[in-house]
Amino acid sequence: MPEAVGTTELAGDLVIRAAAVADVPAVTRLDSRITGMTKPDYWADMFERYGKRPNRFFLIAEGEGAGVIGFIIGEVRAWEFGSPPSGWIFALGVDPTARLNKIGSRLFEAMCGRLAESGVDMVRTMLARDDELNMAFFRSQGMMGGPFIQLEMSLYGFAGGHG
Amino acid sequence: MRLQQATRCALFAVLELAQDPDRQISAPDIAEKYGISANHLAKVLRDLVRAGLVESMRGAGGGYRFSGNAKRVTLYEVVHMFEDIGSKPGGRPEGGDSSDIGRALGQVMNEIDETAVSTLKSITLATLLKLIHRNAAGQAGSRSKKDSVNA
Ligand SMILES: CC(C)(COP(=O)(O)OP(=O)(O)OC[C@H]1O[C@@H](n2cnc3c(N)ncnc32)[C@H](O)[C@@H]1OP(=O)(O)O)[C@@H](O)C(=O)NCCC(=O)NCCS
Repeated sequence: MPEAVGTTELAGDLVIRAAAVADVPAVTRLDSRITGMTKPDYWADMFERYGKRPNRFFLIAEGEGAGVIGFIIGEVRAWEFGSPPSGWIFALGVDPTARLNKIGSRLFEAMCGRLAESGVDMVRTMLARDDELNMAFFRSQGMMGGPFIQLEMSLYGFAGGHG
Repeated sequence: MRLQQATRCALFAVLELAQDPDRQISAPDIAEKYGISANHLAKVLRDLVRAGLVESMRGAGGGYRFSGNAKRVTLYEVVHMFEDIGSKPGGRPEGGDSSDIGRALGQVMNEIDETAVSTLKSITLATLLKLIHRNAAGQAGSRSKKDSVNA
């Protein structure tokens, strides 16, 4: 068993708890239903990295008789750009057949609780600008645009140019 | 970013009405509350009725009532009814657009437009109403903190 991170929360017939290694196949199947890609190695690695260490949280939502119907992963991240450490959420998914029942909200709240207990006072995430579903979800939770802007540049033309 | 007058009227009216969908309010009351022109508002309300976002109530105590789905209607949908926000290149071409400078400036303006559009598209009326409540709660919190410091 990994070190238990936080306590189990019971909300009606929904349990939000830290993921255990035995949940990894169910999370893999759930992610595959959401994204259309099956990535068992990726999820085993995610559990190794985020399911067992302090200040890293891999939580799942378990519905009575329905198994794993949601997950969220986040961590306390020390930012490189002069910002004090903050919470980061970088994976979230709810079973398509169980959506709009506040399961995402409960996962998000549970994650915020864990992050706050770890001593950070801000939670962040990054989304594609046109990802309307996730954007609407995080906005509905109260998230606003922050003071950082993601910049990027094509590296076309750099490869092989350093010989 | 500055919204046009009609857009601001529409947002004030829709959000005021969406705060309590059971309540009817007259156009003059909305205009007075937000210090906006009653004429402008009357025209805007007609557009909002046509879009199904508000309904006009007849009879004594008439007025307007919210009739949309606050959880699904975004700020973008309201803004877009009254102004052309984030118009893609290929709209009305303007002098200099196809020059090197025009193209590079266009890239920067597009970046700004896309951010504005995605922000407005991601905020539903319900989310904005929650923000209002949170702001109010925050102000009440900081007021009571001040009171206890002053006490
Ligand atoms: C985003 C997601 C987690 C939301 O989960 P959920 O359990 O349905 O969310 P909730 O019921 O808690 O919704 C909370 C709020 O989010 C917003 N929201 C959620 N789904 C929405 C939708 N389809 N359209 C508009 N707003 C939506 C609403 O404001 C909603 O509040 P409401 O129920 O009062 O309308 C879920 O849709 C999902 O898993 N999406 C795919 C995530 C993904 O791409 N994951 C990739 C793997 S990391």
